[in-house]
Amino acid sequence: MSTALAVEGLLRELAPEVLGALVRRYGGFDTCEEAVQEALLAAAVQWPKEGVPENPKGWLIRVASRRRIELWRQDSARRRREETVALEAPPEPEPAAAMDDTLTLLVLCCHPSLTPVSQVALTLRAVGGLTTEEIARALLVPEATVAQRISRAKQRIKASGAEFRMPTEAERPERIAAVLHVLYLIFNEGYTASSGSRLHRVELTGEAIRLTRQLRERLPEDGEVAGLLALMLLTDARRPARTGPDGALVPLAEQDRSRWDGEGIAEGVALITETLATAPIGPYQLQAAVAAVHDEAATFEDTDWPQILALYDLLQKMAPGPMISLNRVVAFAMIHGSRAGLEQLTAAEADPALAGHHRVDAVRAHLLDMAGDREAAQAHYRLAARRTLSVPEQRYLESRAVQLGP
Amino acid sequence: MKYMILIHSNPQSREIWEGFSDAQRAEGYAEYAALGEDLAASGELIVAEALADASLTKTVTVTDGRTIPSDGPFAEAKELLAGFFLIECDSMDRAIEIAARVPEAEFGLVEVRPIMDLSGYDM
Repeated sequence: MSTALAVEGLLRELAPEVLGALVRRYGGFDTCEEAVQEALLAAAVQWPKEGVPENPKGWLIRVASRRRIELWRQDSARRRREETVALEAPPEPEPAAAMDDTLTLLVLCCHPSLTPVSQVALTLRAVGGLTTEEIARALLVPEATVAQRISRAKQRIKASGAEFRMPTEAERPERIAAVLHVLYLIFNEGYTASSGSRLHRVELTGEAIRLTRQLRERLPEDGEVAGLLALMLLTDARRPARTGPDGALVPLAEQDRSRWDGEGIAEGVALITETLATAPIGPYQLQAAVAAVHDEAATFEDTDWPQILALYDLLQKMAPGPMISLNRVVAFAMIHGSRAGLEQLTAAEADPALAGHHRVDAVRAHLLDMAGDREAAQAHYRLAARRTLSVPEQRYLESRAVQLGP
Repeated sequence: MKYMILIHSNPQSREIWEGFSDAQRAEGYAEYAALGEDLAASGELIVAEALADASLTKTVTVTDGRTIPSDGPFAEAKELLAGFFLIECDSMDRAIEIAARVPEAEFGLVEVRPIMDLSGYDM
């Protein structure tokens, strides 16, 4: 069993390198991708039984190259093309370039012509080395839906004329930002879908962390890549305490901090501390810094709120957004009191993105609760509970309303 | 984001449908087929079904542990669920765009409802 698991890990590590090598050599991302998937499947069946070949990457490249030629032939026959192109024995794999291939592949899978859901599916398959079935289970959608998203995404990439190359200096910040966003989405998808049939699900948070680590190896100087990795580690570290035995959501204030993952916190804190000291500052780093302040507090009462407020003030300047404003209001109230917080909340609500948002009601309920206005707090908890789209959140908000009495 | 597009029918819409010529009905089916194919191709479709006639409905009541099925939908219901699309797309705006392609939208019989998920927040 452990052999099969080890093989699976190895295959997923090698998947982007093999695909990168093929696309770089032959072009035609869509056909290469299909060929690599088939080579990975063949290896997943053969290797646990027959042993891992001496040069696993070379083996995969050879099998995938052969399969690519077959696919190419079928395709050519279909189109009645008569050209005879040199299709002899597949060449030996070239050394090096593996690092850049994985990065180039990530950038390609997060191409701006694709929708976010397609970017996520394609990245998980082409870079993550997951099968369509595994992706479908992880995303809680049918396999046919995922297969279609992937095939459509490949068509789009082809139609857009995107090439398998590193983005130019000018394109680079935007393209890397798109990659980070997709990795962030993958992480969140896994972090949020924390209940339900977990048994057979690929752990998407772990997958996002693995891919972000890979990216960081390729871009060690990039502060935002490090920031995102730190944010994921520091958030994921709280997961063991985030849900109670009955599956209900436990808010930060009430979490049993002894259940937090100390190793993850230590790694995240070290990473964000080093990054903030050396790299140009960015939004992921600031969010990671907020997470680090929370994670370092021994109790909720020990939380360094002035520090958190300062970080949210910075975030609001750098990357303003409705959730940033709301979190800032909470930090403000923790320092200046609930009444002052409620005033700030009313001001924040002027943002059209927050008008009628259930989180505004949730924060208002919380602040009214702190201020001792039980009746009004209860009404706003109920309102927020009705409007949320999240089942665990609804459960939590309803139970807060009930706790405030009849 | 997942959304449910609910398609209802009411006495007027049924009357219109029944008054259609074969060609008009074929056109209606073709619009549905095209919508289904487009959504499958874009990877947005999760599942779509048409419901059988309301006369085949059973309303189920459990009293003292005994299950009592009765014929027909809730008595007061005028507008009846006729079919649905379960989709996953990027925004409510996109879901509305899709819903607008359902032929019944002309009669105001199409609803879009967001689906709840398991997301949680850290507060």
